[in-house]
Amino acid sequence: MNDDTTSIPPDARPRLPRGVRLVQNETHGWTLLGPERVIKADPVAVEIIKRCTGQATFTEIVDDLAAAFSAPRDRISTDVTAMLRGLADKRLLEL
Amino acid sequence: MADAAPLPKPLVPKPLGLLAELTHRCPLGCPYCSNPLALDSRDDELDAATWARVFKEAAALGVLQIHLSGGEPAARRDLVEITASAHAAGLYTNLITSGVGVTAARLGQLWDAGLDHVQVSIQDSTASSADHIAGYDGAFARKLALAKDVVARKLPLTVNAVMHRANIGRIGDMVELALRLGASRVEIAHVQYYGWALKNRSQLLPTREQVDRALALVEELRARHHGKIVIDAALPDYYARYPKPCMGGWGRRSLNVTPSGKVLPCHAAETIPGLEFWSVRDHALGEIWEQSPALNAFRGTAWMKEPCASCARREQDFGGCRCQALALTGDAAATDPVCHLAPDHAVVSALTTLQEDAPYSYRRM
Repeated sequence: MNDDTTSIPPDARPRLPRGVRLVQNETHGWTLLGPERVIKADPVAVEIIKRCTGQATFTEIVDDLAAAFSAPRDRISTDVTAMLRGLADKRLLEL
Repeated sequence: MADAAPLPKPLVPKPLGLLAELTHRCPLGCPYCSNPLALDSRDDELDAATWARVFKEAAALGVLQIHLSGGEPAARRDLVEITASAHAAGLYTNLITSGVGVTAARLGQLWDAGLDHVQVSIQDSTASSADHIAGYDGAFARKLALAKDVVARKLPLTVNAVMHRANIGRIGDMVELALRLGASRVEIAHVQYYGWALKNRSQLLPTREQVDRALALVEELRARHHGKIVIDAALPDYYARYPKPCMGGWGRRSLNVTPSGKVLPCHAAETIPGLEFWSVRDHALGEIWEQSPALNAFRGTAWMKEPCASCARREQDFGGCRCQALALTGDAAATDPVCHLAPDHAVVSALTTLQEDAPYSYRRM
């Protein structure tokens, strides 16, 4: 696990570990489920987390989101970093 | 106004979690067990097929996570089958275990059945003290063995460290142990005084000085281990200024199903006299959640008395805990006396000085 508390290496391949799942449910919508955690996932979070498959690198995820949403790459990079770092600190994501 | 349409009933909230108490049987005898003093016998336990039906109904009701608990859930020979049925219903499965009865081979079967998370309780940081508290020689070693097996399989592990007067000074050691074991999360679970814990309260209750030191230490440990392990802890009830929002509100976010099939809003609700609990043997879970008298008894805020009724925190604390209000004031609808605004708050202040070093009354069937 990367110990840097602010950035994510461009070649990291983020993935949800066993025991963390993104699910969609008629009653509660999209949620990220983890140990004693139910976190509501907004549409932006869903798009980011769906791409954390362990296959795509951080750079590829940001490129993909920037293209998909025609948004400035810097802005996307900042948002994705903040979200993934927050999840990794809670042990809900592997980098 | 006789012909006026009745007011629409407020929408019943949808639950997120279900605690499945698969059995009350347990090899350990922890004196703070949250099970009731009158335990369900093996003959009364729901069978695996009924649990499978309950899990399907729970998923349809909106439940996302199933907490497989007890007693010791591994005391059930059909634990793997039960876990598989929860997973098949699309639910997140959490095994809450003492560690006794979950061998490496059985953990492998649970992994195959789709288990998502394991929570192992520990009683202390050393074997001799831990086994004394659990009332079971050798339990500590088996917990450590299971923890290693869980981490080796890359299943997320939570260590649940139950805190009370005899071990609260070793919070730091228990967090270190959890780190060494590779846990991703540790719960500093201060004993709450219901069931067997209420019976052993004077033996278990920490002093205010102990609690103050523990709170400061937990903050320090959180900062030190940020990103490595999640430390969840709550202020021990009796020393808090406001009450805990028990279960996130009565009949609001979660429900318990007892070994024999009764549906409760929380572990201790059966201590409240006059409540009518419905069973999954007689009704579908969704019907029970919405209509059972017990689940509606303290739902929302309409049942509240002052000072809760007009309190700005009424949708935040939900009046605290109904079982505690009953146990300490005799009135289940009173403000939880833990609250400094409660008319009966002096009861709690007086209790915090009643420590007494006597042998534990161990939990036994």
